[in-house]
Amino acid sequence: MRKLLLLVLFVSVATVTYAGGYRVSVQGQRAIAMGHTGVGVVNSAELVFFNPAGLVYLENKLNVSVGVSGVFTDVLYQNTEFGVSSETDSSVGTPLNIYASYKVNDWMSLGLGVYTPYGSEVTWPTNWEGSHLVNEIELAAIYVQPVVSFKLSDHFSIGGGPIFVTGSVQFNRNANRTATDIEGNRSNIAIDDSGVTNWGWSVGAMFNPTEDLHIGFSYRSEIILESEDGEATFSNFPNTTRPGIPPNGTTSFNAELPLPAELTVGLSYECDKWLFAFDYNRQFWEVYESLDLTFGNGSSSINPRNYKNSSVYRFGVQYEATEKITLRAGYYRDETPVQPGFFAPETPRNDSDGFTGGLSFAVTPKLAIDASFFYLRFEEVDASYDAGSGGPFGGTYKSSAFAPGLGLTYKM
Amino acid sequence: MMRKNIKYLAILALGFVACEPEFDNPIEESGVYTNGEADFSTYVALGNSLTAGFADGALYITGQENSYPNIISQQFKSAGGGDFIQPLMADNTGGALLGGTQILDNRFVLAFDDKGAPIGPDIYTGAAPTTEISTNLGSSFNNMGIPGAKSFHLAAPEYGNVAGVQPGLANPYYVRFASSTTSTVIQDAVAQDPTFFSLWIGNNDILSYATSGGVGVDQNEVPNLDPSTYGSTDITNTTVFAGVYSQLLDALTANGAKGVVLSLPSVTSIPFFTTVPHAPLNPADESFGPQIPTLNATYAGLNLAFEALGVPERAIQFSTTSASAVVIKDESLTDITDGLALALAGTFGPLAPVVAAQFGQARQATANDLLVLTSSSVIGKLDTDRLAELMGLGLSQEQAGQFSVKGVSLPLEDQYVLIPAEQTAIENARNGFNATISALAAANGLAFYDAAADLAQAANGGIPLQGGEIVTSQFITGGGFSLDGVHPTPRAQAIIANGILDAVKKTYGANLPKVNPVDYGTVTLSNNIN
Repeated sequence: MRKLLLLVLFVSVATVTYAGGYRVSVQGQRAIAMGHTGVGVVNSAELVFFNPAGLVYLENKLNVSVGVSGVFTDVLYQNTEFGVSSETDSSVGTPLNIYASYKVNDWMSLGLGVYTPYGSEVTWPTNWEGSHLVNEIELAAIYVQPVVSFKLSDHFSIGGGPIFVTGSVQFNRNANRTATDIEGNRSNIAIDDSGVTNWGWSVGAMFNPTEDLHIGFSYRSEIILESEDGEATFSNFPNTTRPGIPPNGTTSFNAELPLPAELTVGLSYECDKWLFAFDYNRQFWEVYESLDLTFGNGSSSINPRNYKNSSVYRFGVQYEATEKITLRAGYYRDETPVQPGFFAPETPRNDSDGFTGGLSFAVTPKLAIDASFFYLRFEEVDASYDAGSGGPFGGTYKSSAFAPGLGLTYKM
Repeated sequence: MMRKNIKYLAILALGFVACEPEFDNPIEESGVYTNGEADFSTYVALGNSLTAGFADGALYITGQENSYPNIISQQFKSAGGGDFIQPLMADNTGGALLGGTQILDNRFVLAFDDKGAPIGPDIYTGAAPTTEISTNLGSSFNNMGIPGAKSFHLAAPEYGNVAGVQPGLANPYYVRFASSTTSTVIQDAVAQDPTFFSLWIGNNDILSYATSGGVGVDQNEVPNLDPSTYGSTDITNTTVFAGVYSQLLDALTANGAKGVVLSLPSVTSIPFFTTVPHAPLNPADESFGPQIPTLNATYAGLNLAFEALGVPERAIQFSTTSASAVVIKDESLTDITDGLALALAGTFGPLAPVVAAQFGQARQATANDLLVLTSSSVIGKLDTDRLAELMGLGLSQEQAGQFSVKGVSLPLEDQYVLIPAEQTAIENARNGFNATISALAAANGLAFYDAAADLAQAANGGIPLQGGEIVTSQFITGGGFSLDGVHPTPRAQAIIANGILDAVKKTYGANLPKVNPVDYGTVTLSNNIN
């Protein structure tokens, strides 16, 4: 298990951005197919993430779910007044998730999960119009979580566990709209840090009024990644002793990036071959007030974000078509935490609609292949970031994300 | 199973293609921007240093890239504009060589001392200049802006003859891309068969006179219609200007090309003339303050003579509490050397004629006099030539020294001061030139951008940009002028570009995207100086 974990940590470095801010909703193939619902769905080991309390109601002794999605994203930018347009480099992220649960006895189950709920990878053309805000960003946060689940009665269970996070960040932007060296090369700041760790926790509860109705609750704590050992590289700054202009070269930096808390309540109802699920997420983005970087060379970079708390409404349905095939579909409405005037091209996310689908194919009674996809559609939006150097940077943005995913579910 | 998989893969692939985002109205699609009645396929820009992208006292690559013609050519591309090729210099050092010998200075950069205080503009020495003037680049360039060119130079044969550079008969910048030793700029421009042109010429017809403090001749005073007889610092005759301008436009519009012309801004509102105050002599200055009693005692005798000769207004006195005006030579004053020599005979004895000659047309400057930027490096300095001269006339070194401090005891020469009469000559000529430009623009149906109005606003309150930024004519800090105090920064070039785009829209109905001036820089910092 330990080796596997290390392997997973090693492999799953790439992540992507979706959903409000840099929250990425790809934490289980079966859940993705159902609009990423799951707080009240007793279905697989994906519950380690969605609601650890539910694990104890899984029928089998051992449940394992692994999955990976290939996420294709595209962001377009244009500004009609200035006749400029840009498009992000179509990156393919491959977020991975792995979950296992083991029923110790009738009233207790243990579980372990590795997943990547936060991340972002956006690459604009170098020195594009908004390069004073971002050229390129890559955030990744890998959550590793052991959980325990207790059945208090057939109607009620609780669960939870600590979360270990290891994160990395790479960020590159130009110093401002105009600074260059004597040759006209844009002055640039790049930061790089990895292995930033911290701890958090999650708890969940499940209430089963009847055998067919599950009501779930889960809460995952806020985790602040504090970067202290990273390296910042200043390049192409003019050779000057003017105050406020840093020297070229590498230096240290300090920064804090919050991974916000998330509250989920929801339910599922089973009726014959059908299962209906609804989740409501409240994401506490308010903590992301500003991305402040303090550099070892005495300079600093203050980037107000001013996010607000946001909500996601998720709906999912599952139908057992045959003994071997189960079909799933879902929809969700994801509200952006970004407020007007703070729309930074580093996380260019406005309100979006997610359409999902997928199926499971039972190869044997123990092993199933899970396929999923989601298509996230963002409305075209006129937005700007007003707190940057030289005043507002705005225009029209349009983005989309598409992610097919594949996974395996094993139970014994 | 396999067939099923293929089917799903096909659906996935289809879905992927359909999921690519697309704007409702992509700006790349035709219809968003229009060329109106203009055809931007071959745009040629004619003009002088402003058009070439000259800044910081030199021509260099990034300045050329930020020239208004290059900026608007990028905007033209969204409505049928073609490539815009410039005769780029070899480096960002500026400066240039002729036969391996440097004949043009490197650019200015803004330097700071080790405490972070600004030292001021200084010559960049971080890299040697590499542009060799005699290397001809070929003659087909969209940017035909030639630093230093006056109106009539654009139609002057031999202006690009390398042999004429050293004697001052030809222009080193035109030499680089003249089609032959006898070609003219206008011929080389027309040979490219432009469909659209810009013409901004005439600034140097007054500017060279102004920056040299009016040492040249105003060729309007006694009308001289033969520009081949003009000195380099003369004001061009307005009739000559009108004739040349008309000739240039006739050549450019012969094939039906559309174009835009620009008015000439006031030269006296640029930092080159507004930065050094008329009263720069500070009593707190250790090299000046302690001398004030002695100076005033000496001048007291002179002032009595001024009074006796009926010119008491020429009295010279320095304040011990506030800044005093410099002493200048005003060549418009009646020369009273002879009378002064007599009047001073009692006080100065045999030296009286020498002192009299020095102050025959002297007075203290007033707020109406404009000191040129380059005067800041001479005011209060000892003129060693004058010192030697006076000692040769029999003065002791101490006496000679007392009469050799520039602007204090030795009146500043004509070249450092634009007196009101000179300013009037400049302004009259400018108004004449501008009347020609706007009249010929109207007569030829050309777009007209009143660049003069925008510069006036920069000099008087500033041009507001987004984000609270303001562009003014303040030297170094204003953002509008490069470190030579004459030529625009990239940011000002962007403002000019927007003004032209507005004019083109108004006249030809061409709807083109603007540029955002805050995306363009101002002055360049570097401590790579000697």
